[in-house]
Amino acid sequence: MAFGSVKEILEKCTKDNIEFWQAVIHDDITERGTTEEESFEKMRIMWEAMVSSADDYEPDIKSNSSLVGGMGGKFEKYSEKGESYCGDFVGEVIKYALEMGENNACMKRIVAAPTAGACGVMPAVLIPVFKRNMADEEKIIKALFTAAGIGQVIAERAFIAGASGGCQAEIGSASAMAAAALTFIKGGSNEKITFASAMALQNLLGLVCDPVAGLVEVPCVKRNVIGAMNALSCADMALAGIGNIIPLDEVIDAMREVGESMNVNLKETGCGGCANTPTGIRIKKELMGEE
Amino acid sequence: MNIFDIMGPIMVGPSSSHTAGAVRIGLITKTLVGGNVKKADIGLYGSFAATGKGHGTDRAIIAGLLGMQPDDMRIPMSFVVAEKEGLKFKFENVNIPNAHPNTALLHVENEYGNICDVQISSLGGGRILVNKLNGIEVNCSGEKPTIIVRNIDKPGYVAEVTSMLASKNINIATMRLHREKRGGEAVMVIEVDEKINEESIKWLSSIKGVLNVTYIKG
Repeated sequence: MAFGSVKEILEKCTKDNIEFWQAVIHDDITERGTTEEESFEKMRIMWEAMVSSADDYEPDIKSNSSLVGGMGGKFEKYSEKGESYCGDFVGEVIKYALEMGENNACMKRIVAAPTAGACGVMPAVLIPVFKRNMADEEKIIKALFTAAGIGQVIAERAFIAGASGGCQAEIGSASAMAAAALTFIKGGSNEKITFASAMALQNLLGLVCDPVAGLVEVPCVKRNVIGAMNALSCADMALAGIGNIIPLDEVIDAMREVGESMNVNLKETGCGGCANTPTGIRIKKELMGEE
Repeated sequence: MNIFDIMGPIMVGPSSSHTAGAVRIGLITKTLVGGNVKKADIGLYGSFAATGKGHGTDRAIIAGLLGMQPDDMRIPMSFVVAEKEGLKFKFENVNIPNAHPNTALLHVENEYGNICDVQISSLGGGRILVNKLNGIEVNCSGEKPTIIVRNIDKPGYVAEVTSMLASKNINIATMRLHREKRGGEAVMVIEVDEKINEESIKWLSSIKGVLNVTYIKG
């Protein structure tokens, strides 16, 4: 059975004297009746697919609606000049988040993590880490298990679909997962992993799902950037020894409560928020007219 | 939820619930009716109706009905493939009281004239739930090997089916029973841990009083 709480995962770690990612993989092999090798290999395939999706990015492509495309390429050029506020590493995180979001909008192949709309967050933080040899492939895969364990609890206790809980359920969950992965990579304890994750989700509580014309483009692609940046800062805060007052399980429950009380116009129906601005409405009309 | 539903699936964008989930809705419907789907009337409800077009939900469901997987690069062009393969379809928006916000109603027909009516929801992350099959609540995800047995509501069928599974050393994960009315049609939905071979499915189908057996590989 999937874990019903992060507390359960932590208890299993203490009881069996194992790491967070091991508790997650052990549960997977019991649940799917497979071996540790097979499960590890399957996760490696996910990682490879993330990297190959990033490699497949074309700065010239546009989505069918032409609302997004080319932002990743633009940002890379700007960042290369060395004059950005964010600097080299964070600049690359932003670039990858934009690129993966744009790949998704252009109906290219991506890895949902946990959803397609939020597919940019995990690779955006992990690829620059990997490229700088801050973690080898094995460590990245263990980090992916760590993140998946958190995501699984979120799905179990709350939701991961924008239609169910707004963007907080998608980008919020992805950010919480990425923060956990980053904290693990730098050797953060299990407690720090959950602090980072709790902070990341808490920071994005209330984020609505308001896609213009119902497309996973505006504001979705850029929301991948905030999810990735938020993960970086929360991982660093946790690694600096900053805790979080509200435990992760309770933040997840809060996310559920906020999502349930959210108006349906703000849950992937394309009727509220950015979608309901004069420009959003105009774009929707123009696109419908074209069809 | 499986961790590879969280980290994954590998899929064609843009939406795990509206694109990948929609492909899976088509795929499972194809399995349920059997053979090749030749005709499909599809109703979209809630967010599927409101934003489905922009997410390619319509093209994704058709891709699934044609047997494409969620990472198939032909999904954006599925309408063209449908025309080539002789699949006729139409979409409309429908209202289903109390349904999940991403729900589709499908009425499909295969090349042998077999007909299947299903109501399926996309739960997010590409996961789906078959709510109803031919008017009867089944609530199965198709993630595990699943057998759906339709039989006449008389004593002994549950024992017959479960003893066959026991003899093959197949472990039952979950089991649900439904019937429309006493002595009418009954349905068993059994999710199992091991794969079931074709012979066993055929044997089940041959039992007198069993109307139909559907197997979802999971």
